Amino acid sequence: MSVAPTRVQADVLKKAPGGPRRFQLNLRQSGIYIAFAAIVLLFTILTGGDMLAPQNISNVIVQNSYILILAIGMILVIIAGHIDLSVGSIVAATGAVAAVLMVNHDVPWPLALLITLIVGGLIGAWQGYWVAYFGIPAFIVTLAGMLLFRAVTYNILGNRGIGPFPEEVRTLANGFTEGYLGNIGLGALGGADLFTLLIGVFAVGGIVVSQWRSRAGRLRFGQVVEPFPLFVAKIVTASVVVMFVIVQLARFRNLPWVLVLLAALVLGYSLLTNRAVFGRQIYAVGGNLQAATLSGVKTKAVVFWIFVNMGVLAALAGIIFAGRLNQANPTGGDQLELDAIAAAFIGGAAVQGGVGKVVGAITGGLIMGVINNGMSLIGAPSEQVMLVKGAVLLAAVAFDVWTKRRAGASR
Amino acid sequence: MSDVILRMRGISKTFPGVRALDDVNLEVLRGEIHAICGENGAGKSTLMKVLSGVYPHGDYTGEIEFEGQECRFGGIRDSEHRGIVIIHQELALASNLSIAENIFLGNEQSKRGLIDWNRTNADAAELMGRVGLDENPVTQVLDLGVGKQQLVEIAKALSKRARLLILDEPTAALNDEDSAHLLNLLRGLRDEGITCVIISHKLNEVLEIADRVTILRDGKTITTLDADGLTEDKIISGMVGRDLDHRFPPREPVIGEEVLRVENWTVHSPTQHGRLLVANASFRLKRGEIVGLAGLMGAGRTELAMSIFGRAYGTGISGRIFKDGREIKLRSVGEAIKHGIAYATEDRKRYGLNLIEDIKRNVSSAALRKLARRGWVDDNEEYQVAESYRQSMNIKAPSVASITGKLSGGNQQKVVLSKWIFADPDVLILDEPTRGIDVGAKYEIYTIINKLAEDGKAVLLISSELPELLGLCDRIYTLSAGRITGEVPRAEATQEGLMTLMTAGQEARP
Repeated sequence: MSVAPTRVQADVLKKAPGGPRRFQLNLRQSGIYIAFAAIVLLFTILTGGDMLAPQNISNVIVQNSYILILAIGMILVIIAGHIDLSVGSIVAATGAVAAVLMVNHDVPWPLALLITLIVGGLIGAWQGYWVAYFGIPAFIVTLAGMLLFRAVTYNILGNRGIGPFPEEVRTLANGFTEGYLGNIGLGALGGADLFTLLIGVFAVGGIVVSQWRSRAGRLRFGQVVEPFPLFVAKIVTASVVVMFVIVQLARFRNLPWVLVLLAALVLGYSLLTNRAVFGRQIYAVGGNLQAATLSGVKTKAVVFWIFVNMGVLAALAGIIFAGRLNQANPTGGDQLELDAIAAAFIGGAAVQGGVGKVVGAITGGLIMGVINNGMSLIGAPSEQVMLVKGAVLLAAVAFDVWTKRRAGASR
Repeated sequence: MSDVILRMRGISKTFPGVRALDDVNLEVLRGEIHAICGENGAGKSTLMKVLSGVYPHGDYTGEIEFEGQECRFGGIRDSEHRGIVIIHQELALASNLSIAENIFLGNEQSKRGLIDWNRTNADAAELMGRVGLDENPVTQVLDLGVGKQQLVEIAKALSKRARLLILDEPTAALNDEDSAHLLNLLRGLRDEGITCVIISHKLNEVLEIADRVTILRDGKTITTLDADGLTEDKIISGMVGRDLDHRFPPREPVIGEEVLRVENWTVHSPTQHGRLLVANASFRLKRGEIVGLAGLMGAGRTELAMSIFGRAYGTGISGRIFKDGREIKLRSVGEAIKHGIAYATEDRKRYGLNLIEDIKRNVSSAALRKLARRGWVDDNEEYQVAESYRQSMNIKAPSVASITGKLSGGNQQKVVLSKWIFADPDVLILDEPTRGIDVGAKYEIYTIINKLAEDGKAVLLISSELPELLGLCDRIYTLSAGRITGEVPRAEATQEGLMTLMTAGQEARP
């Protein structure tokens, strides 16, 4: 009766005193950034610096923008413990809707965009209903959706593409901010857009101030924070990376509009997942559905709205995808769902749900984008690109499973 | 005649923090029906799992001797090979396979790697005849009632040439007719020379069928008795007659107004159509009062509690709930929480905690809106709240950022309690709050429960441990087969008295 319990307690007590003030680096979360840096470095060396050239950085961002938008929606779906295989088809269908509205019916572009986003939301609501309220696994519902919405696309477009899109839509997908404030010289780097540079300075300032205030708040409440040198190192690294990208963009053709859009989405959705009640409920649902239900979370509503959100973001991606090609295509967006899912998992999402971060999914998406871009720069054939991407996905998830198993064994 | 088929000597088995079996001895004679009786958690099922190899040799200490030979089972296959077959309380049938397929599952009748369906079905039909199951062997198991499914399990055991059959609560889910059939069948098997060990809470059945009875209590063998001349009272006193070795913190009850009243509460099973889980239960709770709900496994305690908690379990629910004298309707868990009712589950890992999240996010999860302004959560306030509970509840963890899955059972339970206390309910239903928790942590949980009552909350305490109910509660309701069979004030409650009420009316089961 007595021997075992006291020993268990003693163990816990022994661990406790050293614990409270110690900060532990999260290997799973920081690993992804280290991996990203390593991959960028590798391709920079392999391409003799072309990887980080002004035009190429701009290309990587613009070419991957719609995948990154999809990855934001997908990470929420995956955190909630589901999956969405239909987003590629939704991208095509909503792109077709936008094209028909703007090209065939001359609907003004802001109204057409709004209608397209609503259509995306309705598609999401359709799938959300079957998953959340009817109880069909998301895998099946969205597999059906993948076929269904591809069929809808063919119905809307027939067997041809529709275009061209209005100037404004093309600018959103493909264009850049104007040089509102003119150029300034950057010495050896040549001329750069002042407006872009100022935005960069504001962004860095925003990062520093918000991080500082968050840290100060945590300290005021006596929470554990990372050691000061590490904190400074992180902020400096983030600032240098942002400023480097900004300077390169300013030297090329200013800020891509999709980057502005993406930055807003990342900021908004990060806030949603970290701070909003709804965001917290997504993690609760994915972490333990029954416990969430018994804590009063309206789990079905949460899942439903996650799919509605995915639909809206897929419509946004659909507009940008079609706008970039300047035409809506019946085969457009094929297999984009696989890229979005891979981005989420490379970015640290767990297959069982309950884990994941928006910034992680974006980093995962960028890792694949950089691999695509870097390998095409060195002239690798597409089958090799697929091979590498597949290996990276498997390695990322294997690493995830391995760290989890190790954590389990050390219990 | 008195030839010993099975001898278990000095069996001990420890789980983290709990000693489930402590030097248990068991002797079973060839060709008898041997009953094992004991309270929930007395170690009956654990002992049978040791015997059948679910816990392999090395996981426990002690010796098992079967038919004169020492056995060291590495798994269920080993024990089945020797002719020891266990039928668990939760039936282990593949419901979408046929009766015949289930009988020969893992033991397929095959020729050169291909299943011989004619032989499978013919042999199955013969075994089904032996157990009195009048069905087509190709019928899917899901089309059978629970009683018939139990017979399929027994036929499966016979197909393995069982010489010792262990049945864990075989009649718990059966109606009277099916139970009677099953008991007759066991008698028939005994006459064929098959020895049976049966675990049952239904003492009338035990007396009806068993030749001898072994009583376990707190993981120890108390005694083995001949069934001749044995009475239910004698078994009960053996099951509960323990000295009160737990101590309970003192408390001066200050009992106020009635806060919750439930009238004629009836709940049906969500999985078995028409089966009654709770029948016409009525009870009331007052402010500052700790009320116990005693009942054996399967009596419907959790079902009663969860159905009240916003219909979180069961179908065909009827009855009325009054809160502070006014009738309320609780259609969802959210509504129940809004009306100040909280339910801390008996299975904290499956239903209570998000094990991959940290302490603070679990503590805040039932009342996140209290920490939020316009839908945005204040992280720092959340931390502060969780930290205050970590200190006041004495949760042993490095910080509130520790993952709950890595805490010990007692500390996990404190997180669950923190979560519900933070939701600030008037009524707390605590379902087995000290299950699987070591003695030291139990005392802390008791102190917390007392504190809750002191703060004017009404606590409904569901527990399998009668001393716990006697040590904490002001009043105790007993539940038997879904019916409230008694309401006993603390001063009049005894373990024997409660046990009698808890086993009362089992025959009248629908």
